[in-house]
Amino acid sequence: MDYNAVTVTDLNKYLKEKFDNDEALINIMVKGEISNFKNHYTGHLYFTLKDENSIIKCVMFKNYAERLKFVPKDGTQVIVFGSVTVFEKGGNYQIYVKAMKEDGIGDLYTKYEELKEKLEKKGMFDAAHKKKIPMMPKVIGVLTSQTGSVIRDIINVSTRRNPNVYIRLLPVPVQGDGACNKIADAIKIMNEKKLADVIIVARGGGSLEDLWPFNEEVVAHAIYESEIPVISAVGHETDFTIADFVADLRAPTPSAAAELAVPDINDLEYKISTYQQRLKTSLKKKVELARLRYEKAISSRPFKEPTRSINDNYLKVDTYIKRLENKIKLIYKEKEANYSKIVSRLDALSPLKTLARGYCLAENNGKIIKKSKDIKSGDVLDLRFQDGSKKAKIV
Amino acid sequence: MKEEKKEFETEMNKLENIVTELEKGELSLDESVKKFEEGINISKECNKMLETAEKKISILLENDGELQEDNFISE
Repeated sequence: MDYNAVTVTDLNKYLKEKFDNDEALINIMVKGEISNFKNHYTGHLYFTLKDENSIIKCVMFKNYAERLKFVPKDGTQVIVFGSVTVFEKGGNYQIYVKAMKEDGIGDLYTKYEELKEKLEKKGMFDAAHKKKIPMMPKVIGVLTSQTGSVIRDIINVSTRRNPNVYIRLLPVPVQGDGACNKIADAIKIMNEKKLADVIIVARGGGSLEDLWPFNEEVVAHAIYESEIPVISAVGHETDFTIADFVADLRAPTPSAAAELAVPDINDLEYKISTYQQRLKTSLKKKVELARLRYEKAISSRPFKEPTRSINDNYLKVDTYIKRLENKIKLIYKEKEANYSKIVSRLDALSPLKTLARGYCLAENNGKIIKKSKDIKSGDVLDLRFQDGSKKAKIV
Repeated sequence: MKEEKKEFETEMNKLENIVTELEKGELSLDESVKKFEEGINISKECNKMLETAEKKISILLENDGELQEDNFISE
């Protein structure tokens, strides 16, 4: 049998030429979902792009991959730009990707704006609801990834400001599906078990999609309901997530969050010593003032001539006594005059005077006889004279 | 972290109030001395709180549904 057979190599070469001469395949944009993603140690990326019905292999060489603005991974919706050509050795065709961007970003922005507006209307961003960050928290709770620079930055800054700081890390995934629920749960656990005095929710920079868990409603509610004050530090300074708006305080970076949560111990020590100094100064001043008042007091007249006021009082007392004496004397004299007047009147009425003139008093059994019918013959009377009495019998 | 122990912030506020009150100079000498002693004691306590703060970097890991606290070693 004499067939005009071609070699496998020739066939693949032929096909490659067909592909390469097709304008439509040289510069093409394809959209699909990444799967079977492999980041080769050489720096080249290998993956397949798929939709509901079909798949195509893709390769992105290192020099292109380095320019990616996001980290591709399985499940990411992307648009790739490149050329489709045949890999002769493998006998397959694939897309040689030169550039790739995330698809559906526009949807995320809309979602972000809608949620922001909704929560704002609910009052979840209100300043009135924001809690004060404690001045000297005993335990700083940190919710972030266990690995990476974020936790290191937070530890470095915190321990530099206060070597005695107590940091509790509760590791959470900070991107990808389900991360939002883990973050929300971690905030709830911190609250339920009272594991911290302040919580830092942190994540390094990334694309909008990377930061997406922090734009989820479940995280926003967990932060809003947290009784422990929450400091958010998500992405770079220019990134604003929903979590930032709900948090009690937004830090531009994780390091800044640590600065806001941990007081600089040197500052505090200085403040305390200033207070002590002020206490001492003002007490000194008070004592000095008291001393001055004391000196002024003892140099005043009553202290210099302590007997003077006493003598003044003696004089006063003497005057009163004199006035009292005078008054008493006056009263006494008046009484005396009255007395002699009464005595002389009494004297004039005395029956003894009458007796002295030669009269006598006749008494019968102690009764003065004033009329003759009061007596009868035979009665014995007492006759009182000036100098005594004699008995007499009526005849 | 609910603790019955004195809060640093409250103590600092107390201290500040005492200092301002004493600086006004309206208190009697007796009261001034009392306030001064109180202030100095509070300031010492504040210093102590700073010094005796717990130093720890820990990680909370779930173990059979229970959270366990371990020393955190940064990679």
